[in-house]
Amino acid sequence: MGKVVVVTSGKGGVGKTTSTAALGAAVAKTGKKVALVDFDVGLRNLDLIMGAERRVVFDLVNVIQGSAKLSQALIRDKRVETLFLLPASQTRDKDALTEDGVGEVIDKLRSVFDYVFCDSPAGIERGAQLAMRFADEAVIVTNPEVSSVRDSDRIIGLLDARTLRAEQGEQIAKHVLVTRYDAARASRGEMLSIDDVLEILSTPLLGIIPESQDVLRASNLGSPVTLSEPLNAAAKAYIDAARRLEGENLPVVVPFERKGFLDRLLGRRAA
Amino acid sequence: MNLLDIFKRRSSAPVARERLQVLLAYERRNRSQPDLVSILREEIMAVIAKHVQIDQDYLQVSMDRGETMSTLEIDIQIPNKSAVPLAMAG
Repeated sequence: MGKVVVVTSGKGGVGKTTSTAALGAAVAKTGKKVALVDFDVGLRNLDLIMGAERRVVFDLVNVIQGSAKLSQALIRDKRVETLFLLPASQTRDKDALTEDGVGEVIDKLRSVFDYVFCDSPAGIERGAQLAMRFADEAVIVTNPEVSSVRDSDRIIGLLDARTLRAEQGEQIAKHVLVTRYDAARASRGEMLSIDDVLEILSTPLLGIIPESQDVLRASNLGSPVTLSEPLNAAAKAYIDAARRLEGENLPVVVPFERKGFLDRLLGRRAA
Repeated sequence: MNLLDIFKRRSSAPVARERLQVLLAYERRNRSQPDLVSILREEIMAVIAKHVQIDQDYLQVSMDRGETMSTLEIDIQIPNKSAVPLAMAG
């Protein structure tokens, strides 16, 4: 039985879709069978980030409504053999998803794949709750910034209350993935530090993704950064996070900005 | 901008942390609360309404969650004049 991982955040624009693609691709590259499911019905984007936007024929709603088979809707990645995408519907409204329907699709995926990553829509409404409903684990994508941390806290509350596992009295494993981390700004005390975020959310850390131009470039090119530029800092951080997700005990190193002359002069401390 | 401002500026992250800690402590406390309190409020109101007519504003229900003990505070005001016992009125 595969593991179902929801990638969620509450707040929009923090990097859920980018992180779903990067983590999923990193896990798939190790030979595991991985399915990425886009739950953002009406506003799908995972297909674009994966570079599969022109290959979408059927989608999650088609499968749920029975107008397409799951095998017809799954798009195999052109770069990694074991990586598949189940796109969201672009045209229908989000009420097209039913809990029973989603549950059936997730069950089928779970029986075939090692990992099922559910890319949640932003917000805390129905779509986001359905994306997390059947998850075994959750990756909470957080920017070191007040509104994102607050929304992550809300989402953590929902994960502990509204998931099937929580309702059955089981634990859902939660991990915080800090994205767009700027070591220089954090060291100057202008940005919440990793310690701040973890202390506030009291949830274990999956990884720290540095703010990087390469991530944007990867999105432009329609390739997860872990596939297109696996050697750059952001990609390495995603690959490490993926290894931790698979249970490897890999220490997290907080990106460190060397003190500049001005910082020394002003006695600024690095985080 | 003087030198002091430079020092002040770097302290924005600690301010963010403190504001978040205070806010989230409050939000977490309230998260599980509103449902229970509103249910209690409704039922208490229904019980009182069987015997005495009171305005909704005269019933205050609040819950204070503590580390070891929680308290439920129910404050019911029954105005002397307007509150006519239903049994007598009917």
